[in-house]
Amino acid sequence: MNSTIIRLSTQALLGRRRGLVLALIPAVVIALAVVIRALTEPGTGYEIVDAIGFTLALPLVALLASSAVLGPEIDDGSIVYLIAKPVPRRSVVLSKYVVAWLATLALGALPLLLAGLVLDSSEPSQAVAWALGGAVAGTTYTALFLALAALTRHAVVIGLLFVLLWEGLLGGLLSGIRWLAIGAWGQEIAASVSDAVTAPGTGLLYAVLAATVLTVGSVWFAGDRLRSFTLRGDE
Amino acid sequence: MGTISLEAVSRWYGNVVAVNGITMTVGPGVTGLLGPNGAGKTTLIALMAGFLSPSAGTVTLDGDTIWRNTEVYRTIGLVPEREISFGYLTGRQFVLANAELHGLTDPGAACQRALEVVEMVEPASRRIGTYSKGMRQRVKLASALVHDPSVLLLDEPFNGVDPRQRLHLMALLQRFGAEGRTVLFSSHILEEVEQVARQIEVVVSGRHAASGDFGEIRRLMTDRPVQYVVVSDDDRTLASALISEPSVVAVGLRPRGGVDVSVTDLGEFAHRLPRVARDARVRLVELTPTDESLESVFSYLVGR
Repeated sequence: MNSTIIRLSTQALLGRRRGLVLALIPAVVIALAVVIRALTEPGTGYEIVDAIGFTLALPLVALLASSAVLGPEIDDGSIVYLIAKPVPRRSVVLSKYVVAWLATLALGALPLLLAGLVLDSSEPSQAVAWALGGAVAGTTYTALFLALAALTRHAVVIGLLFVLLWEGLLGGLLSGIRWLAIGAWGQEIAASVSDAVTAPGTGLLYAVLAATVLTVGSVWFAGDRLRSFTLRGDE
Repeated sequence: MGTISLEAVSRWYGNVVAVNGITMTVGPGVTGLLGPNGAGKTTLIALMAGFLSPSAGTVTLDGDTIWRNTEVYRTIGLVPEREISFGYLTGRQFVLANAELHGLTDPGAACQRALEVVEMVEPASRRIGTYSKGMRQRVKLASALVHDPSVLLLDEPFNGVDPRQRLHLMALLQRFGAEGRTVLFSSHILEEVEQVARQIEVVVSGRHAASGDFGEIRRLMTDRPVQYVVVSDDDRTLASALISEPSVVAVGLRPRGGVDVSVTDLGEFAHRLPRVARDARVRLVELTPTDESLESVFSYLVGR
């Protein structure tokens, strides 16, 4: 890993409008939790954590974070300034991944814990479970979206389709998609921590293995793409 | 040290051939890579900078393959045509980051030195987003110079730079060349190349059209008529005498004095001119080649 890349990526993540949007997503989740808690009994409206925080906000944060650290620089070619250096490209990618990953943990997974505790402080284990499942899913989402950003300039669109269409819509209709859905793996892990969470049914071992393989594979792939980064002229 | 070699390098994208069987060696001194837009200059520089794999042939730096070899960046400094999109950084932050990425022992001092060379010390505390084109170009140069590279590759470095800054950049490149660095820059503007480079590589439509110093390129093109102006004390008599020479293909009288002569055989013409003048009892005052400009070489090569 490279501290300079980490610093520059952090600036790229926070120094632009993306930083605001990134912070807005968890803020909305927590605000919703606070409003619902104020208006209803404890324990109601826990869907905020599950359906909004975990299923929607978490992958969105991962998508925004991972495309922010890599996407624009690859799109406009200015990444050549960072990689025309005697620094292994895999270490460049790993550094960028770490920045996006930490952002996802802080702005995607941690809010699940906070929102859960706000909604139902009597049973913290459920909030912890979602946060833990969110941390694992966020780790994998970030890696997958980073690989997408390294692969195509349409990474955000494809990432959105993956989250909304594949995992969201189709995942709700066809239970078999759980084998190929990061969210389901995260939920499986959450279910192993708290009985209040419904397990999608892939088994804990499969969920952990699949998340690990996809994470490592995606970061590896992104590094490989960067090793072959090609500078194209306007001609 | 610091020699880039291309051996029979081709690069194609699908059916489009961007670079076609180019063999060239770029060594110390300033080399100009000249060609019209779309000739493959950027492709060539990308190949030399390790940002493109050759479809055929080899690209090496002092014998080491450049593609997928990040160690070459200890020797190579690259100034791409791309704008720096790090507008949220100050010039100094950007150059400093480059120094750090090179793993220099004292990145701060290296950054300061590079900023001094390009005369950007004072504006370096401002954000890059506020810079003019010329300033951005100089910051890019500073970022490429920060590790004191022996090879410097610049893609269209003078594009969009105002005349005063252009002169400054040109002087810098000449200085780097005189210091023994290998400096290669691309341009589609003939005057630029002419002013800075002694060695010229001409690329037209992905092919290596010509190579050598400017005079050499000219001498290679013996089948091309060369223009001279001869000033004498009796232009009309000289003109009538010259047109009977086999080495001369055209003669014209200039309105303000002097004779335009188109010559096919330089050696023969040089040999014959004094005799012709003496026999015609004409005194020669001046003999000037009129198109020793790159423009004429270039248009000839493009039209060939």
